[in-house]
Amino acid sequence: MKPGHGEVLLAEGDVEVPEQERELIEAFREQLDQGMWAAVPTASRGGRREAQLVRDFGEVPRDAERVIFFPKAAGGR
Amino acid sequence: MLLALTAAGIVIVALLWEVCWPTVSEAIERHRARRARVPTFDYDPGRERRAEQRARELLRSCVNDEEWEMYRDLGFIRVWGTIADGPERGAARDPLAGAPYAYLIYPHKPIVAFLPQTRRLLNEYCVEFPDETRPYGSARLPDSDDVLAKWMALTGDERRLIAESNMHLPGRQVDPRQVQRDLWRLSEWERQRAARERRQGSVSTP
Repeated sequence: MKPGHGEVLLAEGDVEVPEQERELIEAFREQLDQGMWAAVPTASRGGRREAQLVRDFGEVPRDAERVIFFPKAAGGR
Repeated sequence: MLLALTAAGIVIVALLWEVCWPTVSEAIERHRARRARVPTFDYDPGRERRAEQRARELLRSCVNDEEWEMYRDLGFIRVWGTIADGPERGAARDPLAGAPYAYLIYPHKPIVAFLPQTRRLLNEYCVEFPDETRPYGSARLPDSDDVLAKWMALTGDERRLIAESNMHLPGRQVDPRQVQRDLWRLSEWERQRAARERRQGSVSTP
């Protein structure tokens, strides 16, 4: 997410392909190093949608379709 | 004689160089500056609109149908709270601890916590998601991205978001009368939605 952009595709690939997984991990770390938060949208069994915040690539479910990065929360005025 | 003329010529050239070089140098610099490509961020009136459109699509793909329709029709999303004792209300022993509570997420406004049964407003949680890379000189996310960021942070780690935010009493930034109106609009909206679903259900069921 970026001002004026709305949605930006940072990287895509298949985690089952080692080379692509490495690229995904690099992109993931780069975003976290920039201070972004990462979330995986999920659906619970009851049909309720929620997000799972992840701090490490290993926490991302293997079957996740996408990880969304957004700026870290800061207390507003 | 030849040597003297050569020496005089060299001296004249050197003097002329000294005199003319600053002017020539300045002219070259001006020429380069005119031809240089200067990065400019021309104002594009459609940029924010396109960004918002993409942000809405992203939001729609993340939240459930009810939440999306709520945002589309009413301009905010209600998220149910999940902390067993309820959000902090400042009192050591709160008689309302454990009562179901929820939040209203508005774009670029504080998150408002309330009790759905009584419509009592609890707190405002002021939180922002500034993009410090400022690609177009602004750290402000598109409206729907701001809502999505709040939704993800709230449903993903409610305690963390509440801890990061600044808590205030209701009415500091969001007009309580407006919130009360929104809660009434929400109840009407839910009533009509339920009726519509009942009708559709009775039509589809022979």
